Amino acid sequence: MILFVALILFIAQTGFSEPLPAPAVSDVPNDNGHALDISWESIESDSIGDVSAYEIWRSESFEGPFELRGTVPAGVFEYRDRGDKERSSNNYFPKGKPYIYFIKAIGETGSFDTPPSEPVSATEQWYHAGKTPVLIGTIIFSALALYFVQIARRGKKLYIRPLSGIAAVDEAIGRATEMGKPILYLLGSGTASGIATIASYAILGRVARKTAEYRTKLMVPCKDPVVMTVAQETVKAAYSEAGQPDAYEEDSVFYLTSMQFAFVAAVSGIMVRERPATNFYMGSFYAESLFLAETGADAGSIQISGTEQVAQIPFFVVATDYTLIGEELFAASAYLGRDPLLLGTLKAQDYAKAILMFILIAGTITMTIGWSWFADLFRVNLQ
Amino acid sequence: MVVVCGSFQGKSPVKRHVPLALVFITGFLLVIQYFVPNDASDFLYSYSLDWVIVIGIFATALGLWSLVKVTTSKIKRRQRGWGYSVVTLVGLVVMLVAGPIWGIEDGTLFMNLFWYIYTPIQATMFSLLAFFIASAAYRAFRVRSLVAGVLLVSALVIMLRLIPLGPISQVNQVFASWILSVPNMAAKRAIAMGVGLGAIATALKVVTGIERSYMGRD
Amino acid sequence: MNNESSLAHKLLSIDRRWIFLVLAVAVVVPVFVDFSVPIHVTSEVKAVYDFVEAAKPGEIIFLAIDYDPQTMAELHPMTFAIMRQCFNKDVKLIISALSQNGPGMAEQAIGEVARETGAVNGEDYVYLGYKPYFGIVILAMGQDFRIPFPEDYYGTSLDSLPMMNGVRNYDDVRGVIDISGGNITEAWISYANGRYQVPVALGVTGVMASDYYPFLQSGQVFGLMGGMKGAAEYETLSDQEGTASEGMRIQTVAHSLIIILIILGNIGYFISRQKGKQI
Repeated sequence: MILFVALILFIAQTGFSEPLPAPAVSDVPNDNGHALDISWESIESDSIGDVSAYEIWRSESFEGPFELRGTVPAGVFEYRDRGDKERSSNNYFPKGKPYIYFIKAIGETGSFDTPPSEPVSATEQWYHAGKTPVLIGTIIFSALALYFVQIARRGKKLYIRPLSGIAAVDEAIGRATEMGKPILYLLGSGTASGIATIASYAILGRVARKTAEYRTKLMVPCKDPVVMTVAQETVKAAYSEAGQPDAYEEDSVFYLTSMQFAFVAAVSGIMVRERPATNFYMGSFYAESLFLAETGADAGSIQISGTEQVAQIPFFVVATDYTLIGEELFAASAYLGRDPLLLGTLKAQDYAKAILMFILIAGTITMTIGWSWFADLFRVNLQ
Repeated sequence: MVVVCGSFQGKSPVKRHVPLALVFITGFLLVIQYFVPNDASDFLYSYSLDWVIVIGIFATALGLWSLVKVTTSKIKRRQRGWGYSVVTLVGLVVMLVAGPIWGIEDGTLFMNLFWYIYTPIQATMFSLLAFFIASAAYRAFRVRSLVAGVLLVSALVIMLRLIPLGPISQVNQVFASWILSVPNMAAKRAIAMGVGLGAIATALKVVTGIERSYMGRD
Repeated sequence: MNNESSLAHKLLSIDRRWIFLVLAVAVVVPVFVDFSVPIHVTSEVKAVYDFVEAAKPGEIIFLAIDYDPQTMAELHPMTFAIMRQCFNKDVKLIISALSQNGPGMAEQAIGEVARETGAVNGEDYVYLGYKPYFGIVILAMGQDFRIPFPEDYYGTSLDSLPMMNGVRNYDDVRGVIDISGGNITEAWISYANGRYQVPVALGVTGVMASDYYPFLQSGQVFGLMGGMKGAAEYETLSDQEGTASEGMRIQTVAHSLIIILIILGNIGYFISRQKGKQI
């Protein structure tokens, strides 16, 4: 009887009618094996008052010692215990090592510990399942590109719509030749490995080949030394291809400065002094776009521009004669050379866009009628 | 990788194929790396980034050399505007020397030149954009077609956000918010998708060797 | 007819130097003439303000000052307004400056607001400074701030700063407010929000602002302040008198002038078109 009463008092003291479960510990999916996820249920007890925080404790064995891994405020019932992969780090979290966790609820008048969890170890994965939609998209696009390249190789004519900016390139180079004035080509402010800069190298190669054939002076001021190095090789090779290797001047492709407005000032000075007949702006441009375009317009140059920087497109549209908008910059090299291989990838882009449009329309309709499963197919989880 | 390959002349089969093989292997590995979350993959990624940093440092030296070469050549030949080249060289030398000798703390020559010459010049150059926008808007915002008219009206609605016109401003604000949140957002998203696809296509062309302009042609 | 064609010609061929001169006058005069411009607050700026306002004393916000002196006019007022609001509420700040020419300028701003509000370095704020390759830095801070920044801007070890006790990475901050004049914003969105799920808000130049509405709509960014107007809205919300609110006078007059120029150009264009049709 006394024991029964003691038990009732004990239960009344702790406020628990049944034992609390241990926290649930699981391996973090899609990671490199240095983290575990811990979750637990809400802990409420009269003996400790209102819970203000939860502490997460970890050990390698049930006997301890336990170390404090983190604290979360009340209302949060999960925690990601993440560590470093370097052995030398204070927070080294080895893969495959089992860990045991318990949660300490901190209340106004005391604390309460949950039972310890079962040992769980973190493992690394070889494939990030959350990125599956990206993988499928990449495979589909690559397959389309390879298919159209094969078709182009077999000699089938692929139609692509005309681009006025591209059609004007030959005319612009011819104008410079007639006027006896130079052509100015800017590769933009991007790095050498930037996609827009790579697309610009291709266009530069074609422009340089024309200027070599027509013996027109070409000036290529560069904002990045790596870009300058690659641009020099591109122009030199173009001159060789045109049968004019001796006409190539190394000083025609030169580095100015990496500072944005210092570069703009220098190029503006070149425009005002040299009065080029034609200016090409092809690549990543930022705030300098309008500056350059207006100075070039004032100098009386024909200007053809192309950038993937969406914010600068309106400035180029307004201030230059022809603008390649966004992806048209990447398509330009295919247009200029009419190389079947390049045209093939361009066609693949168009089909990929068509697929995207279908997905957008289908997604809008399904979400509107309450079918979220369609949109969920494309959800990418980067965690 | 682009810069390494750009230095090859592409004359012999070895010099032609080795860069292409390098680009293909590196590109393929880094694509695989994106989908593999483990430590080996992390190591490959950070190792590649370290290479980017190292190449960038060497290329900076190349760029300096190019700048010095071009400016001294202009000075020697007394080409038009050679005085500006003198200023460029003097500025380059002074900043290069002032930092290591006197330090870069507040009050040193380096920081004084930065705060009292470089910074005001940068700010001034950026401010000139206001003037260029005014002249470009005057020159180019003509209603030459229906599309140009729509562009012009949209631009006016957005600019009118800033001009207090009483009740007209409140109505205008509604249209301005709609233009920014709906057609502007839709157009930007569409262009971004196109750019994304173009970027993937260009990267695919570079990795598979279809696009070789960065290494010079044969 | 001749009068019309002469008027059209005059309207279509105003020398740009006159335009520059009139604009210069339009910008300078409002500096000396005091008048106020009503500021309409937008929901995207209010979202940033509400986020900071809802922070509890002792909570930490990460403030990324990622711009150069050239965009100071538009972005500095945002920085000042947010820092003042945080320090007045006892909300702590971890501050970085990942733009090449920005660290010194950021340090001056922090020093000025700290003196105003009595904020103490190491207790109320930590200034990390600059490291190159911002993408790598932003990624690394997701694991531990100490990886790219073992020390703060002044060379003090982060572990010895009282504020950094128990603060390891983005999990320990309420969110990130990135004030940027360049492409560092995309790295914050992709890496900080995309990979580490930390809430991100942006303060960008007026030109850049329209680019980020897709991110606002998709929820990758919870708030957006655009240009001097965005800064002025924030100052209005937080009841601060700053340079952005004063600058709105100048911006209003300049915009009015540009609108007048556009209208004049189009009047000339229509007159000349009419004349062309009649012929």
